[in-house]
Amino acid sequence: MSDNVVGKIKREAKNVESTILKRKKPSLKFPVRSLQNVRYLEKEGYFEIRGLKKERTLTVNTVKTFAQTLRMMALSKTLVETDDIATKREAYYVSKNWDEARFLEQTESDTVMDDVEALFEVNREQLGFVPEEKGGDVAGNLIVVDKDPDTGKAIRIDCTKFGSGAYSIPISVEVLKFETSAKFILVIETAGMFQRLVKHGYWKKANCILVSMGGVPTRACRRFIRRLADAKKIPVYVFVDGDPYGISNIYRTFKVGSGNAAHINEFFCVPQARFLGITPQDIIDYKLPTHPLKVVDIKRAKDALKNDPFFLHHKQWSKAIEHLVSMGVRAEQQALAAHGLNYVIDTYLPEKIAHPEKFLP
Amino acid sequence: MAQAQLKRVHRKEKPAAVAKKPAAKSIVRLTAADLATKQREISVSEFFTKNRHLLGFDSPAKALLTTVKEAVDNALDACEEAGILPDLVIEITEISESRYRVAVQDNGPGIVKAQIPRIFGQLLYGSKFHRMRQSRGQQGIGISAAGMYGQLTTGKPIVVVSKVGPSKPAHQFEIQIDTKRNQPVVVADREREWGADHGTRVELEIEATYKKGRHSVDGYVEQTSIANPHAQIAYVAPDGERREFPRVAGELPRAPLEIKPHPHGVELGILLKMLQDTKARNVASFLHVEFSRVSSALAEEICRTAGLSLSFSPHKAAREQAEALYKAIQATKIMAPPSNVLSPIGEELLIEGLRKQIEADFYAATSRSPAVYRGNPFLVEAALAYGGGHLPGDELITLLRFANRVPLLYQQSACSIAKSVIQTTWKSYGIQQSRGALPTAPMVLMVHIASVWVPFTSESKESVASYPEIMKEIRLALQDVGRKLGLFIRRGLREADAEKKRSYIEKYIPHIGIALQEILGINEKQKEKVCATLKETLERSRTS
Repeated sequence: MSDNVVGKIKREAKNVESTILKRKKPSLKFPVRSLQNVRYLEKEGYFEIRGLKKERTLTVNTVKTFAQTLRMMALSKTLVETDDIATKREAYYVSKNWDEARFLEQTESDTVMDDVEALFEVNREQLGFVPEEKGGDVAGNLIVVDKDPDTGKAIRIDCTKFGSGAYSIPISVEVLKFETSAKFILVIETAGMFQRLVKHGYWKKANCILVSMGGVPTRACRRFIRRLADAKKIPVYVFVDGDPYGISNIYRTFKVGSGNAAHINEFFCVPQARFLGITPQDIIDYKLPTHPLKVVDIKRAKDALKNDPFFLHHKQWSKAIEHLVSMGVRAEQQALAAHGLNYVIDTYLPEKIAHPEKFLP
Repeated sequence: MAQAQLKRVHRKEKPAAVAKKPAAKSIVRLTAADLATKQREISVSEFFTKNRHLLGFDSPAKALLTTVKEAVDNALDACEEAGILPDLVIEITEISESRYRVAVQDNGPGIVKAQIPRIFGQLLYGSKFHRMRQSRGQQGIGISAAGMYGQLTTGKPIVVVSKVGPSKPAHQFEIQIDTKRNQPVVVADREREWGADHGTRVELEIEATYKKGRHSVDGYVEQTSIANPHAQIAYVAPDGERREFPRVAGELPRAPLEIKPHPHGVELGILLKMLQDTKARNVASFLHVEFSRVSSALAEEICRTAGLSLSFSPHKAAREQAEALYKAIQATKIMAPPSNVLSPIGEELLIEGLRKQIEADFYAATSRSPAVYRGNPFLVEAALAYGGGHLPGDELITLLRFANRVPLLYQQSACSIAKSVIQTTWKSYGIQQSRGALPTAPMVLMVHIASVWVPFTSESKESVASYPEIMKEIRLALQDVGRKLGLFIRRGLREADAEKKRSYIEKYIPHIGIALQEILGINEKQKEKVCATLKETLERSRTS
C-alpha cells in the first residue's frame, strides 16, 4: 500500500514537471470536498464521492499554495519511505524550514494536508500524517486484542476492568481484534453522560459496550466501532443531544461520513448505526426542559433539509427535523436529569432499548 | 443658589406681592428728557475699541497675525492694481515678550500724500467697500484697526513711509486715531530719503505674542506665498531667521474687473440708499446705469411691474416705491452677472504654488467656472498634494482655505469649505475618512474662493458662510480633484499589486523546484531548468 502512495506522489510530480518543461502551466485536480460532491448509497449505507473535481492551475496567484502542496507531498513521500509518522502539528512545524513557503497557522497546513489526502484518495494515515486527537473512550463488555509495539505479542485489554475510567481508542485501529458477548453498542455524545452510565454500571445491567465520542466522532472512533460492529454483528445505537448539531453533524457523520473527507467515507462510516435519541418526539413524550433553537441551529437544520443527501433520502428524518424546527426548541441529553439523576438509566434507556424498531434510521 | 431657592419659595407663597414690591420705593423714574442727555452717537472707532474681537484682535497671538495679514493684504492689492509684480518684505521684531514691531514693505505704487492719514487713521475709509471687484480687503477697516489696536496697547502711532515715483520724495507719517471722532491725527510728517523707486512701508508696534506653527504668522506667510505664486516674499521672523518665498509665476494674475451690483444681490435698504445717491434723473435710467445686466428694455419692464412711471425721479422714492421696485426686481428674470470679472489662480499655478512649499508624490488642481450666489459672481478652485513620505499618513489632512488669495487660519469648523470637505465621500477616491471628520491621508488640500464679495461669517474674515450655491461649487471642485487623486492612488495600488505578484514568483518558484527535486530525485541542473522555465511561463502570462 505504501509503495502505492509513493508511486501516486511520484506520478503526480512527474506530471507537473513535464508540463512545466512543455512551457505550460501545470495543474492539480482535487475532488470537491463538500456535500455537493457526495451521493447517498442506501444499500452500502454511506456517502459515496461523486466525480466533481476542482482544478488548481499554477498561476501567479496560486503559486504559493501550489508550492506548499508540492512540498507537503514531498514530506509525505519521505515519511512513508522511512516508515515514520508526523502529527498534523508536527507537519506544521516541519514547514517552518521552508522559508517563505512556511505555514503561518496550523489551519493552513491542515487544509493543504486535506487537499493532498483527497488528491490521492487515500487516508491521511497512509500519507504518514496522524491526528493528535484521541479516538474516544470505551467501557463495557469488551476485550480488545492489541499488539505490543515492541514485541508484537498480542495484548488482551478487558474494557470491564477500567473501574470509573475507560479504554482509549488508539489512532490506528486496523490491527485490533475483538471479543465480546454484548448485545449492542451505545455511542454517546457527551463525556458527562458517559461518566454517569459508567459510574452506575449501566453496561453490566444492559450487557452492552459504551463509547463516548466527545462531539463529532474522530475517524479512529468511527473506524473502531465499524470494525467492532462488523466483526461481532452487533447493533449500534447512538445517543446524542436533540438538536440540529447532534443530528446532522454528529449522527450523520458517524453513520454515513462527511462531505469533507468523501473519498474515505466508505471506511470511516458506521452504516448499521440507529438513532436512539434524543428525538424531537422524546422532547414531548418525556416532557424535557428545552432551550430555544439558536439562529445557527435553524440555519443548520434548514441546510440539512435542503442539501444533505442523507436526510433528503430518509423522509422520516426530514419530518423529524421539520418537527424540531417547528417546535423551535432543542433538548440536551442531560435534560433527562430534570426527572431525577438516574432517570436516564432507570427509565429512559430501558424504555428506548425495548423498542429498537422505533429508532430513527 | 440660596437666593434662587428663596425666590422660588416666595413665588410659591405670594406670587403677586413679589412682583409688586421692588418697583415701589428704590427706583427713581427717569423722563425721556433725562435719558436723552445720555444718548449720543457711538463712533465706529469707539465701537471697535470695545469689540476688538470682531476684527480679529481677540488674543495677543491672533493680534500679531491679524496685523501682518491686514498690511500684507493691502500691499498685495496695491501692487496688483498698479500692475506691479509684488515684492514684499515682512519683518517682525521682538521688543519685549509681549510687544512686537511689525513692518511690511511693498514695491507698490505708493500712496499720495494727502490720502495717507485717512487710509491709516480712519476706520471704514477706503476704496474697496463701495465697489464690486475681487480684492483681498473688502471693508476698509483692516489696517486702520491694526493701527488703532497698536495705539490702544502700546500708545505708539502707526508709521507709514510712502513714495510714489523715483523723482518724488518719500514721505514719512506718524498717525494716531482720534477714536471718538474716528479721525486721523498726524503726529509727525516729514520727507525722508528712501532707496526704493516707489512703494509703501507700514510699521506698527503692538502688544502681541509670537507662536510658531500653522495657525501663526509663519503659516500665514507660507500659505500666502502658495496662493500668490506671482509674489516674492521675504519674511524675517522674531527669532531673526529670514525665509525667502520665491516667485514662481512671472506674470501678474489677470486683473479682476469692477462690476456694478447685480439687482438680485441688493437688499431693500441698500436699494433705498442707491436711489437717494444716484445721479440718474429717472428710475428707468437709474436701473440701467447703476446695475449690471439691466438693459433699457428690462429697466422699463421692471418699472411696469413695480407700477412706477418710467420718468419717476429716484430721489422722490419713498419706502413704498422702493419696496415696490425691490419686489419687481425679485420677480423679474435677470441674466446672471458677468463672471469673467474674477481672477482665478488657475490650475497650473495652484499646482506650482503647492509644489514650491510642499514636497509630495502627486499634485492635482481644478479651477471651476464662475457661478453666482445672491447676485455675486464667485468661483471655486481646489488643489491637493498627496503622498511622498514627508506628509504624515496617519493624521487628518491639512486643509488650507483661501478667500481672494488670503489664507483663512481660524474658525475652520464653521467654514463652508471645511464642511464641504467633510461631506465629500473621500473613500471613493481611495483614502480613509471617519464619519464627520476630515479624511485621514498624507495630503494637503487647498480650496480657494474668489468673489467680488466673499460672504464671511464675521468681520474678522475667518470663515466663509454656507450659501448653498457656494457649498455646491466647493463640492464639485473637491470631487474633481478627488477623482484625479483616485486615479493616481488606484494606479499606485495596481503597481504595488503587480510588484507583489512579481515577488511572489521570485519567492515561491524555488520551492516548487525543491519539492520536485525531493520527490523525483532530479539533479540541480534539471531543477534549475524547471524553475527557469516556470518563471518564464508565469511572467509571460502575467503581462499578457
